[in-house]
Amino acid sequence: MSALTVYKRELSSYFAQPTAYAVIVIFLLLSMGLTFSFGQFMRIGDASLEWSFFFWHPWIYMLLAPAVGMKLWSDEQRTGTIELLGTLPLSTWSAILGKYLAAASVWLVALALTFPIVLTVNHLGNPDNGAILSGYIGSFLVCCTFLAITMLVSACTRDQVVCLIVSVAACVTMVLCGYDDFTRELGKIASPAIVEGVVSIGVWDHFRSLNRGLLRLQDAVWFASFIFVSLLGTSAILSSKRS
Amino acid sequence: MIEVENLTKQFGSKRAVDDLSFTVTKGEVLGFLGPNGAGKSTTMRMITGFFPPSSGDAKVCGISVIDQPRQAKTKIGYLPESAPLYHDMTVLGFLKFCASVRGISGNAKKDAVEKAIETCFLQSVAKQSIDTLSKGYRHRTCLAQSLLHDPEVLILDEPTDGLDPNQKHEVRQLIKRLGKDKAILFSTHILEEVEAACTRAVIVDRGRIVADGTPAELIKQSGTGSLTDLFRSVTTRDTEQPAA
Ligand SMILES: Nc1ncnc2c1ncn2[C@@H]1O[C@H](COP(=O)(O)OP(=O)(O)O)[C@@H](O)[C@H]1O
Ligand SMILES: [Mg+2]
Repeated sequence: MSALTVYKRELSSYFAQPTAYAVIVIFLLLSMGLTFSFGQFMRIGDASLEWSFFFWHPWIYMLLAPAVGMKLWSDEQRTGTIELLGTLPLSTWSAILGKYLAAASVWLVALALTFPIVLTVNHLGNPDNGAILSGYIGSFLVCCTFLAITMLVSACTRDQVVCLIVSVAACVTMVLCGYDDFTRELGKIASPAIVEGVVSIGVWDHFRSLNRGLLRLQDAVWFASFIFVSLLGTSAILSSKRS
Repeated sequence: MIEVENLTKQFGSKRAVDDLSFTVTKGEVLGFLGPNGAGKSTTMRMITGFFPPSSGDAKVCGISVIDQPRQAKTKIGYLPESAPLYHDMTVLGFLKFCASVRGISGNAKKDAVEKAIETCFLQSVAKQSIDTLSKGYRHRTCLAQSLLHDPEVLILDEPTDGLDPNQKHEVRQLIKRLGKDKAILFSTHILEEVEAACTRAVIVDRGRIVADGTPAELIKQSGTGSLTDLFRSVTTRDTEQPAA
């Protein structure tokens, strides 16, 4: 119940300030722009949207998701409102969940606003809409993973800029690890076991299979555990900071 | 209603609060005095459940903040030292948010918010964004937040800090008025405030209680008829070396 109250407050705070609008507009411009330029949407006639559209999402999220999540706990610590939250009859988990879901909702809105591209492919051809839906799910899950990491970092610092830099670095790492060109280069200098380890923290493996319309249990488990561990870490850091 | 039992807080090697014990009963307004860094805020943060104590316990209306933090927090109204607020909200929005978190809803919420706004003289700025308020109004908005659920225990950390003399006077009158049927603990380093609003006062220094009594008793104890003299003689000044 109180998680819902926190959720509402955070969400209205996003839309009371330019943050949400700026991020949504930039996301739409970038995702559409890349799709129609480098994605060569018109030429390759990729009706599944895998390469032309969804391919770009992790690259955009690694920069923009931290911008949405960076204020979640760092601002709270800088202004001292964390003391207010900590002395209201509210569990740390409700606050964490409320905040996290609010940030995720901003991204849900952003993703929902890309609907014209779905209409376009349906108009031009005969796409597999199931695969497109699963692509959206994959895209949203990557975004949620990055948000969870950003939230974890924001619990560590009261400085939003530090939080932004550190979380972008973490997200960039997760995008590069497992990206084909990168792992190929890595394979030349490192043993297969290391490459395997690096690939396993990357998002592509799990993202791609969802792009192809495959709903695999292992991907769901990977995303869920990454998010869960980050939120758990957030809770641990917040309570350790007080003692 | 507030029972503090051997409360201790250790920050690394520094002992901010050292085996502190006192009680505040209903109808009592306890002034919590002490120089900066004496451990007043730390003590209050432990009683309100924000900091876990290193040892000891605090009970509010008989409920331990360590064993049942959620229940204890429902009994407390708390004004933190810096009067933190969500600057992107309006006064009304902020108070409604705090009321909802406290589980007040519907008409009860509307009434509670209205009453708190009235008590703290915030009518003229209720719809204004907190961003644009002057310091006095911000402080009172945070004070209003602590009164929403009509708590049995009020803990106010320097409630008159940064206010102008008129506002200080109003807040003191408010504390006095509320103190009739609540237990109030408030910290200050303004000594006149003790005589103006408290029924009892304790002076803490480096985490320990060094004087305790009604304002009249403390004045008597000073020997010179001045609280300032007592305060200066029982507390360590940060300009002198602490005794080894
Ligand atoms: N979070 C913290 N970490 C480390 N030391 C702290 C922390 N909070 C307070 N202290 C130290 O504890 C002592 C008491 O501080 P405080 O309770 O704020 O004093 P007061 O409110 O009486 O001025 C100070 O020396 C302060 O430096
Ligand atoms: Mg203080």
